[in-house]
Amino acid sequence: MAKVLINGLLIGAAAVALFPLLWMLSASFMPPGAADTLPPPLWPAHATLHNYHELFRRAGMGRYLLNSLLVATAITLLSLALNLMAGYAFAKLRFAGRRGWFRAVLGTLVIPAQVAMLPLFLMFKYLGLVNSYGGVIVPAMASAFGIFLVRQYARGIPDELLEAARIDGAGELHIFTRIVLPLLKPIVATLAIFTFLTAWNDFMWPLIVLTGQEHETLPLGLAALAREHAQDSELMMAGAVVTVLPVLLLFLALQRYYLQGLLLGSVKG
Amino acid sequence: MSQRQAAWLFLAPALLVLGAFFLLPAIGAFGLSLTDYDLYALADLRNLRFIGLHNYAALLQRREFWAALGHTLYFVSVGVPLSIAASLGTALLLNSPLARCKAWFRTALFAPVVTTVVAVAVVWRYLLNTKYGWANEALGWICIHPVDWLGDPHWAMPAIILFAVWKNFGYNMIILLAALQATPPELYEAARIDGASAWRQCRHITLPMLGPSLWMVAILTVAGYFQLFAEPYVMTEGGPLQSTTSVLYLMYDEGFKWWNLGSASAIAFLLFAIMFAVTLLMLWLGRRGEEA
Repeated sequence: MAKVLINGLLIGAAAVALFPLLWMLSASFMPPGAADTLPPPLWPAHATLHNYHELFRRAGMGRYLLNSLLVATAITLLSLALNLMAGYAFAKLRFAGRRGWFRAVLGTLVIPAQVAMLPLFLMFKYLGLVNSYGGVIVPAMASAFGIFLVRQYARGIPDELLEAARIDGAGELHIFTRIVLPLLKPIVATLAIFTFLTAWNDFMWPLIVLTGQEHETLPLGLAALAREHAQDSELMMAGAVVTVLPVLLLFLALQRYYLQGLLLGSVKG
Repeated sequence: MSQRQAAWLFLAPALLVLGAFFLLPAIGAFGLSLTDYDLYALADLRNLRFIGLHNYAALLQRREFWAALGHTLYFVSVGVPLSIAASLGTALLLNSPLARCKAWFRTALFAPVVTTVVAVAVVWRYLLNTKYGWANEALGWICIHPVDWLGDPHWAMPAIILFAVWKNFGYNMIILLAALQATPPELYEAARIDGASAWRQCRHITLPMLGPSLWMVAILTVAGYFQLFAEPYVMTEGGPLQSTTSVLYLMYDEGFKWWNLGSASAIAFLLFAIMFAVTLLMLWLGRRGEEA
């Protein structure tokens, strides 16, 4: 009895969680107008790729998709490099003021990102970064959370290993690239998928800094489309599929690393 | 190269980015909030004037600001408890030894978290459509009249709260599930031997063991929910009758629609101050709860 109840509740919860996503997928294959009938259909009577054609040919979705890929990939690679170096330095290298600087980095987590957005916009306006890929990429090149995550993980590297390498005459750069990085592989995967998803899904800052269509990412393009073509349900659903599917698949493929990062990040330092 | 030099070489790029593109602008925001930076100053900096705390004084007298703060507090105070209840409920179900296919259910329940807010908000906008939406269709099965979810000022915020709970509960579910799995099984065994019912085990073992995690999750979720923006931007554009205009939505409009960047910075700072105060209060309450 209890078993039926618990599994029944789980099935119900999973249905609620998945229904909007499944309906999105199903409606994206319906011909224009088919979703707005009574009772609302669950499946397309005649599946068609019309909406996807329309999306890429007329609504410029291909451009947004490429922009999103470019921006999210650049942010992931750059911030990975910067956060790994900084996190390792905080965890393993001895220097005066290490604690103080690390506290300062953690302290920035208290400030909501939106507080910095208005002056940052003005700053980028004078630097000529408004409405460019750089405007989105540059501020995301390092993150306090990423540094924290790497530092937590890198603290587990035994000091003896690094000392032995130093005694053998290895330079610090060599130690970092040849000994430390291979040991940090799991956290690299975690941080990479976290950063990519965050960059892909980001909305408010790109909305502010990207003022023209040519650099817009998928969420911005979709939001603009949703305001202009509110009545084209099926077209919107196809747009939502194109936006969501890449990150959903990436998550499914690397789920283990993503959930590990989520738990590491929630542990009090 | 000494260790000290190497350390600074490794730290410099990240610290420069954080300092120049986050900390500096964040501090600059306070300076900006003390000026009348607007469209005229944007065209020519000589039009910029220092006006002290005038922006703050003006905001505190504006009805729109209090309304936006009210909507945000409504969203936080209803949305956070509902989110955490959903997270806790699903975590308890997943942790039950009777549950089947746990990994599959966990993935399914977590899926909304990784989706793009804008995209799923667009989907929900159609699900909540008064005439053709599935939400009203489902309500019709249990004989409830259609609700004008996004068109009625009384229902728009509840609709956004439902959406936010659906989108976010999976995140805390994972954290709470990990905390549940960390509870030593001997405790439950001892309780079973003493004849404690499932409900009493939950009340006297599970919840106390979960206490610190629950509180931490609550503090983080409150901070996140204060930053409501994309949901009303896509689903309601702040309407109807401004009923879903959040503080950040007001800040965005003030700053990037009307170009009153000074006043918008003051809004951002007030929100920061309120979030900071609420977080401190919750930390203090949490500490008192631990001592008691």
